[in-house]
Amino acid sequence: MKEIGLYIHIPFCKSKCYYCDFTSFSNQENIVEKYIENLVKELSIYKEIIKEDRIKTIFIGGGTPSYIDEKHIEQILKFIRANFNIETLEEVTIEINPGTLDIKKAKVYKNAGINRISMGVQTLNDTHLKNIGRIHTQKEFYDSYDILRKAGFTNINVDFIFGLPDETIEDVEENLKAIESLKPEHVSYYGLILEKDTPLYRLNKNNKLNLPSESQEREMYHLIKKRLKNMGYRHYEISNFALKEKECKHNILYWTIEPYIGVGLSSHSYLNNRRFWNRDNFKDYFIDLNKGILPIEGGEDTNRDMEIAEFSIMSLRLIEGIDKKRFKERFKKDIKYYFKQIINKHLKDGLIVEDDNFIKLTSKGLDLSNLVEIDFLL
Amino acid sequence: MNKNNKRNIRNFSIIAHIDHGKSTLADRLIEKTGMLTSRQMHSQVLDNMDLERERGITIKLKAVRLIYKAKDGEEYILNLIDTPGHVDFTYEVSRSLAACEGAILIVDATQGIEAQTLANVYLALDQDLEILPVINKIDLPSARPEEVKAEVEDIIGIDCEEAPLISAKDGTNIESVLEEIVSKVPAPQMDVDAPLKALIFDSIYDTYKGVICYIRVFEGTIKPGMEIKLMATGKTFEVVEVGVITGKHVVLDKLEAGDVGFLTASIKNVKEATVGDTITEKSNPTKEALPGYKEVIPMVYSGIYPAEGEDFNSVREALEKLQVNDAALIFEPETSVALGFGFRCGFLGLLHMEIIQERLDREFNLNIITTAPSVIYKVMKNNGEMLEIQNPSNLPPQTEIDYMEEPIVKASIMTPTDYVGTIMELCQNKRGSFINMEYLEETRVILHYELPLNEVIYDFFDALKSKTRGYASFDYELKGYVRSDLVKLDLLINAESVDAFSLIVHRDKAYERGKSITQKLVDVIPRHQFAVPIQAAVGSKIIARETIRALRKDVLAKCYGGDISRKRKLLEKQKEGKKKMRQIGSVEVPQEAFLTVLKYDE
Repeated sequence: MKEIGLYIHIPFCKSKCYYCDFTSFSNQENIVEKYIENLVKELSIYKEIIKEDRIKTIFIGGGTPSYIDEKHIEQILKFIRANFNIETLEEVTIEINPGTLDIKKAKVYKNAGINRISMGVQTLNDTHLKNIGRIHTQKEFYDSYDILRKAGFTNINVDFIFGLPDETIEDVEENLKAIESLKPEHVSYYGLILEKDTPLYRLNKNNKLNLPSESQEREMYHLIKKRLKNMGYRHYEISNFALKEKECKHNILYWTIEPYIGVGLSSHSYLNNRRFWNRDNFKDYFIDLNKGILPIEGGEDTNRDMEIAEFSIMSLRLIEGIDKKRFKERFKKDIKYYFKQIINKHLKDGLIVEDDNFIKLTSKGLDLSNLVEIDFLL
Repeated sequence: MNKNNKRNIRNFSIIAHIDHGKSTLADRLIEKTGMLTSRQMHSQVLDNMDLERERGITIKLKAVRLIYKAKDGEEYILNLIDTPGHVDFTYEVSRSLAACEGAILIVDATQGIEAQTLANVYLALDQDLEILPVINKIDLPSARPEEVKAEVEDIIGIDCEEAPLISAKDGTNIESVLEEIVSKVPAPQMDVDAPLKALIFDSIYDTYKGVICYIRVFEGTIKPGMEIKLMATGKTFEVVEVGVITGKHVVLDKLEAGDVGFLTASIKNVKEATVGDTITEKSNPTKEALPGYKEVIPMVYSGIYPAEGEDFNSVREALEKLQVNDAALIFEPETSVALGFGFRCGFLGLLHMEIIQERLDREFNLNIITTAPSVIYKVMKNNGEMLEIQNPSNLPPQTEIDYMEEPIVKASIMTPTDYVGTIMELCQNKRGSFINMEYLEETRVILHYELPLNEVIYDFFDALKSKTRGYASFDYELKGYVRSDLVKLDLLINAESVDAFSLIVHRDKAYERGKSITQKLVDVIPRHQFAVPIQAAVGSKIIARETIRALRKDVLAKCYGGDISRKRKLLEKQKEGKKKMRQIGSVEVPQEAFLTVLKYDE
């Protein structure tokens, strides 16, 4: 019997943001119903596979889960409660976008057992929002935030992105001020990634974007870390900050290489030393489920070396770093047995520090984490 | 083969400038004589290395026997001897031509005479060959056959009255080319009873048979079992097989005076049976070897290093295998501080060098790093000692050097008059001395220059091509050595001198080259977590400097459940790339860096 995370993907949006490379579609409202039916079918197949296991966390992500009718969310959660072992279920998160929420919807969520909200705002600057294809305003964000509080949610995350086109350090400062006044329990603050095949990527390739320089971007990151810490947030992962005990338990499963199941279009799962991922188009997804089989597109078995590498690499994303005791428990050998040389090298270069229990990235190491992580591949 | 048919032999080559249609015409002749049906025929059968076909040049020459029934009702044996079409292989071309009595000169009806056309014509004239001009590509709308004919008559001085106007591409008038060969190329002399005298005009290594020599018998007869002597190397062998090539190798009981064919004799390495050597019978030798034998001397040297140190032995094995088939390639082990163990290799020229590099990569799947090519410099030391240096690292300290000499080539550049100014400027820039300019016609000239070879091997070809949009053509031959004010240019990465980047350059060029190389290295060496200075120095004096800025950010901001596999793969790829880098001090230098240094900058 093990504890696992459950991810549910809702691949619908009103419109697609310019930086987004997630599997999500606009103008597909007519198949929402069918999709949910199939998603429930997929869950019912898993019922047998994980009947021994307890679901510890649920994360309903997207897309924009709040864009579809709340009855579907209710239906999914009801099915889970009825069919899976939820004795130790601690955290149920749903992602929402400003402008897609009213008090009725929020209350339905609450009653369905959702206890954590993750709201994407990215920035509070209306011009910048437009630049990146967001279809809501600063005001709509505040309105949604009020609704959530009114509905009684006490664990809210807000997603921000820094390093946006035309953004200055002062703009970031403005966002930080808003965070200070709202005090959400959790803040994710990501550096903008220009993913391939996104409109922003193409604009940048054609030199149409005025992006902050590398050093300005880092200055923003350093400012964010400093200011959030002063507001009482604990920096616990490269891009994540939380008030006391409000860290996202679901995401921590990912970062500590614990098992999880992903259902829905293009979701990833990690179960019994195998990583696998779902079909990324509706057609194939429906066909497979119609046949009563899992809609899996591909996968790979992870071996011990991969697990060691992934555990080390993902643990380094955590600010506390690699838990040496946990490493030894899990892999039966001291971490130094595998990585003595490279640990010494990076200690010398000032990218990591080590104490009795942890090996973690320094501030410089956080900026250059890939350089360190690469050496933990076996 | 009936002995009486001997007078019906015609031995000939095809000469042309690159891309004027030599291989295509060869294909048509083969097709027309029915040796292969066109369906069986892979396009351009004479170029049998992939690389050759891709580059549209013929590197290795071969001979095929065609049977042609002429309009006079007689059957003729036409031996077509193919020649390489590049300046690096001039000697091989001359030996192939020496095996013939005649040569077809192809001239492109749209382009007229080019530098290599002339160079090849002169080689053919040196061998007293009957030259048959043929005007090709008359199917193209821009063809101007009459003008080109006049040009050939004017410049080369051969009568073009009867020159066939053909299209090798669509097969127009191929028959008339065959008739010209029959009627104009002289039949070979045929003293079959004299002592054996045969010319090796090519040799290739075959895994099963050993070296296969392609030969032209001038006097006497050669047959299996005969003990032969190679007059230049002095080696003796027993003939195993003789025969002719008609698309495949056909074994015969003998080859006689006038014949072109092949022989095998359990020869292990092409070095033992080199191109130009004369074969005779050991017990009944001919008095004199055929004229024109030359030992091939590499003109260009560069270091070839395995990208991964453990491949050293594989590189050695590959070079040995290539050498078995390439008498012009030489190599010996050397050591570089930056690159570890590798080989110093000598080549006929730049193209030869590139071919070897590509073959190592493609045929042997080896990942190699090549250092900047160098010529052989003569160094006169204060103590009177004379050194020949082809590796900049071996240059003695400046204080021990009295003076140095560098090789100079005679270059002819054929160009439309529009580009004369540009080319003169380029040659000036490459330290060339202008000799003269000849008008070929109103709009085309040949420029004669003397150029230092080390400038030619750097980026002259590329520069010429790009500055004249491909309109100029170029040919050169070694003239000799002249005294020159040369210095060693060193490159320092993060304050460490990197021997693999060192170059010998003219003092006046040192600053410009140093600046260009440092600028290029800044672009190809990835940023590190610290700033990396790149400097160029002559002696202890820094003459150029650039800095690779420190890397401030290399982090993935987002990494959740769906990203883990991708993230790991991304890092794996990054690691793979890192593996291919050379660690120089604490700086990782990608292989391209060693190449970039050689590239022409616009």
